[in-house]
Amino acid sequence: MQIPQHTSGEFDPRRAPPHDRQRRVLLGAGATGLLAAATPAVRAQLTIEITGAGANQTPIAVAAFRGEDRTAQALTPIIAADLQRSGLFRMIDAREVSPAPAQPSDVRWPEFVRRGADALAIGSVDPLPDGRLEVRFRLMDVARQAQLTGFSYTVSASQLRLTAHRIADVIYERLTGDVGVFSTKITYVERQANRFELKIADADGANPQTVLASTEPIISPKWSPEGTRLAYVSFERRKPIIYVQSLTSGSRSVVANFRGSNSAPAWSPDGSRLAVVLTRDGPSQIYLIDADGSNSQRLTRSGAIDTEPAFTPDGRSLLFTSDRGGSPQIYRMPVSGGEGERLTFEGGYNVSPRVSPDGRSFTFIQRSSGRFNVAIQDFSSRQVQVLTDTALDESPSFAPNGRMILHATEIKGRGVLAAVSTDGRVRQRLSAGSSDVREPAWGPLLKAQ
Amino acid sequence: MSDSRSFAAVSNPDDTSARAWRALATACVAALLAAGCASTPDTAEQSGAQVEERSVGAAGKPSAKDALPQKPVGQPDIGSKPIAAEPAGGGNLPAVLRDPKSLLSKRSIYFDYDSNSVRDEYRPIVQAHARFLLDNPRLRVTIQGNTDERGSREYNLALGQRRADSVRQAMSVLGVTDKQMEPVSFGEERPRRPGNTEADYAENRRADIVYDGEDKPPVGK
Repeated sequence: MQIPQHTSGEFDPRRAPPHDRQRRVLLGAGATGLLAAATPAVRAQLTIEITGAGANQTPIAVAAFRGEDRTAQALTPIIAADLQRSGLFRMIDAREVSPAPAQPSDVRWPEFVRRGADALAIGSVDPLPDGRLEVRFRLMDVARQAQLTGFSYTVSASQLRLTAHRIADVIYERLTGDVGVFSTKITYVERQANRFELKIADADGANPQTVLASTEPIISPKWSPEGTRLAYVSFERRKPIIYVQSLTSGSRSVVANFRGSNSAPAWSPDGSRLAVVLTRDGPSQIYLIDADGSNSQRLTRSGAIDTEPAFTPDGRSLLFTSDRGGSPQIYRMPVSGGEGERLTFEGGYNVSPRVSPDGRSFTFIQRSSGRFNVAIQDFSSRQVQVLTDTALDESPSFAPNGRMILHATEIKGRGVLAAVSTDGRVRQRLSAGSSDVREPAWGPLLKAQ
Repeated sequence: MSDSRSFAAVSNPDDTSARAWRALATACVAALLAAGCASTPDTAEQSGAQVEERSVGAAGKPSAKDALPQKPVGQPDIGSKPIAAEPAGGGNLPAVLRDPKSLLSKRSIYFDYDSNSVRDEYRPIVQAHARFLLDNPRLRVTIQGNTDERGSREYNLALGQRRADSVRQAMSVLGVTDKQMEPVSFGEERPRRPGNTEADYAENRRADIVYDGEDKPPVGK
């Protein structure tokens, strides 16, 4: 698969797309089979409800792509939903513009000026002789009547949804200057009665696929940095054991099954090692272990609870939760070992740290007046901002562009997933029918091989 | 980036497409639920939970290591195995362990909020099991720590471990060696009472003594 694919000539070849510059494509070669094999999922899919929006919203019209109504999956509803969900765009209804423009020369500009659109996405989907489809899209500046960017993609029908997310990423990047994360994936655990399923899904909740199903709990799934493996804790053998499972082959291995409990895996940024919590020497302490389960090495020697390790992006330090000072607080220590430095001081319960992709801040759960909320703290200023107004938040994780934090919460006694922007303005909620959803983790940007 | 300056307008939210998306998604979920999936009971699960692994992507090769059933995720989910009923367990263990008249049928040690000290009222239970283990050196127990559901799952796992370890230490003082006991934690993951009243929470702040060969301890205070 070649996505995105440049066509010089008609499209503006001068502006290299951010995706190409960073040598990222949708999925690495090893994972392309996922798309080809993807069939509609059978179980409950996450649905998204937007509960807050950003202050500055770019008004954008996404015109129906010419020919998309003849394909199995129309692209523009997905593109529009992605942009809307980010909270940074206001969708301008372009459905009445008929026929929808497919080329810049088709655009009747006053129609879009009158509707208040600053940007306009147009495109087409055409069948190719080999059965694949050519998707062409351009992003236009309405005021200047000029093209901002444009791409064509040659894809199979099963790749249309992914292509739509890619196009939304391109639009997002061009108009916000930030990396788009619509084509990334999330993982979470869904519980229905006594059945636990570890799942992965697209960032919009579509295409849920079961990675592991069990009658015993599964917790703490963590994406490997390259996005092809999950580490998690499964209780299937009546005690917590850490596994690593390949998403491409489905094979898995035990990483830590020592005497006592084995939990809280965290990948090192190079994917070679995991920080884990073991109790083989008594108290819950942090250890480093190779991803194949060899060479375990004890890092903390507090005798108190040390848990929830999380690497900083440079791989040199770990943040973790410890009650060595009497209440659970967040500490930082060098991966080489040594004393921990306490980072949180407000309140008696600060847990579950995760460091932002730029390494400047960390998110965590703070308890205040009996409520558990997602908070963010800047490393240098130590300023803390509470981001949510729900009561039982857990398990925060950053989107790979650092703009949103995905977390679990509870609404009316049921576990749901939610996301909040790091400025607290944009909020979304994802729920899966009647089942209980928890333990989310946002996957990485997928790099080219 | 100069041309992006023309996109700085502040506007009112418009949720038309969000509504449409929700409607579409709801319809999808309904259709998927309607499809359902057939299930037949599975018996004869020796130990451990039922687990299915799936590969995400092209049909993967089964892992020799765990030899668990696998299917590519791309396939429809109708092959899913149902949840087996828990076997009664304990068939080969001395019957006294399940005799309601014996202290040995009592397996749960309860803890105060945010505490891991074994209260005096539970000492007789710990002593009875310690004596029984010393008299039956081939038997082995897992001490399973539990917590209520409030707070971080991983931190609660560590708190549950601390409770299990308190019971282990109490038995250790009475002469039981680590060969016969392993403290583990379920944290907040397997609440005996799923509610969120103070009484439910108290019931879940607990360590259970489970003999190898049993799936679950008898429940009795």
